Amino acid sequence: MSNASNNSGVGLLVRGLRRNFGAQEVLKGVDFEVQPGEIFVIMGPSGSGKSVLLKHLIGLEEPDAGEILINGESITTPEIAAKYRMALVFQSGALLNSLTVGENVGLYLTEHRLKSPEEIKKIVAEKLEDVGLQDAIDKMPGELSGGMKKRAAIARALVIEPQLILYDEPTSELDPLSSVVIGEEILALNKRIHVTSLVVSHDRDLAFGVADRIAVMAEGKILVIGTPDEVKKFDHPLVQQFLNADFKRDL
Amino acid sequence: MFENIGEIILLFWRTLLALPHAWRQREKVFDQFFEIGNASLLMVCVLSFFIGGVIALNFGPPLVERSFVSAVGGVVGLGIAKELAPVMMAILIAGRIGSAMAAELGSMRVYQEIDALRTMNINPIHYLVLPRILALAAALPMLVVFSILVGWFGGALVADMNHSMEIPFRVFFADLRNIVELKDVINGVFKSFCFAIIIGAVSCHQGLITIGGPRGIGRSVTKAVVNSIVLIVIFDYILTRCLLK
Repeated sequence: MSNASNNSGVGLLVRGLRRNFGAQEVLKGVDFEVQPGEIFVIMGPSGSGKSVLLKHLIGLEEPDAGEILINGESITTPEIAAKYRMALVFQSGALLNSLTVGENVGLYLTEHRLKSPEEIKKIVAEKLEDVGLQDAIDKMPGELSGGMKKRAAIARALVIEPQLILYDEPTSELDPLSSVVIGEEILALNKRIHVTSLVVSHDRDLAFGVADRIAVMAEGKILVIGTPDEVKKFDHPLVQQFLNADFKRDL
Repeated sequence: MFENIGEIILLFWRTLLALPHAWRQREKVFDQFFEIGNASLLMVCVLSFFIGGVIALNFGPPLVERSFVSAVGGVVGLGIAKELAPVMMAILIAGRIGSAMAAELGSMRVYQEIDALRTMNINPIHYLVLPRILALAAALPMLVVFSILVGWFGGALVADMNHSMEIPFRVFFADLRNIVELKDVINGVFKSFCFAIIIGAVSCHQGLITIGGPRGIGRSVTKAVVNSIVLIVIFDYILTRCLLK
């Protein structure tokens, strides 16, 4: 992940991605393309295969069929995958609970010995400041709120200087205000470092607030891809049901 | 348990291949080593003292009755050095440290911390498994040396104080020196080194394959301890058989 020559976002192409877990077909041929520097949101109900898809993109799972290309190169071989810097912001943050926030953020640099301890300290402070967590550097993850954990996870991802950031349900379990802060963070990063962002979420407000394009996924397949306006108007019962789901108070 | 033996051996092999990275992980090895020693030393002393005492109490009086006074020191010395200290300490460490390792790695697996390491190109075997197995392999033999000495002391004290034996300290240790050779102690320490690797590999493997939530972690901890103890006992026989030759 350390050999890429620049920081600009990369293009991502997913073709015919399939994955079965036993008899259960979780991904049934997923196809989509993300342009360099774009914020692409994949929406869909829980259990539609969104998180499994993300794990395939970052290399935590291997597909049964199909391919994933970054800038036109298939990343199924570790050598090609290592050419590109990718980071995943986990749904839970996935900070290492035995390390402080600062140690978590600097972990990639420390373990790969990419910088001196002084430089790592400086970079960690910078990245934490970028996400407004400069005062949390010595705190343990257990002392942080849900939103702070997610922002710390974003800071940890930023240390890699990613060309592609994948966000797994970045606003789940957050209050509306914290969700807005995370959404603004995604937009700000995209503007500042032109990173390609792929967000997986079932949060409609986040999706329509940050996305350049949206894909709606259900039952392991992409149903529609388009701009927020195009998706809103797309005439498909599952898509409309998902986008317009609301309480019925007069039941 | 046996369906995972292949995976455990593979994990151990990968850990061996990671040995060149050991120096880079030295701080973690030292932290783990300190934790193992710190958590277990007092328990080792108490357990070993009473094991030595109970061996003297069980075997001393019948031997003295049959005029084998000079055998008491040897029986206690050999029993502790070759068998009881390595096996009992390994069981103690499997319960105290192996369970903690399985719980920690299991929790890291369940809460995606291990996935997070992978996404940062940090090999969990280098970062998590290697330091733990190395620390165990260094700490357990040291604890066993400690245990042997404390056990001998406990046996000598009981042999001295018990009215049906009343073997003075000096006589007990002189008899012990006549029968116990340095290679007997080395055999016991070598066994404990093998047990440490078994505990480390089984516990780390069990932690790394944990699935589910807190219940899954609990299950992993139980399996790690039970499987470690079963393998310790089986390998105890195999090693004893090999070392007797």
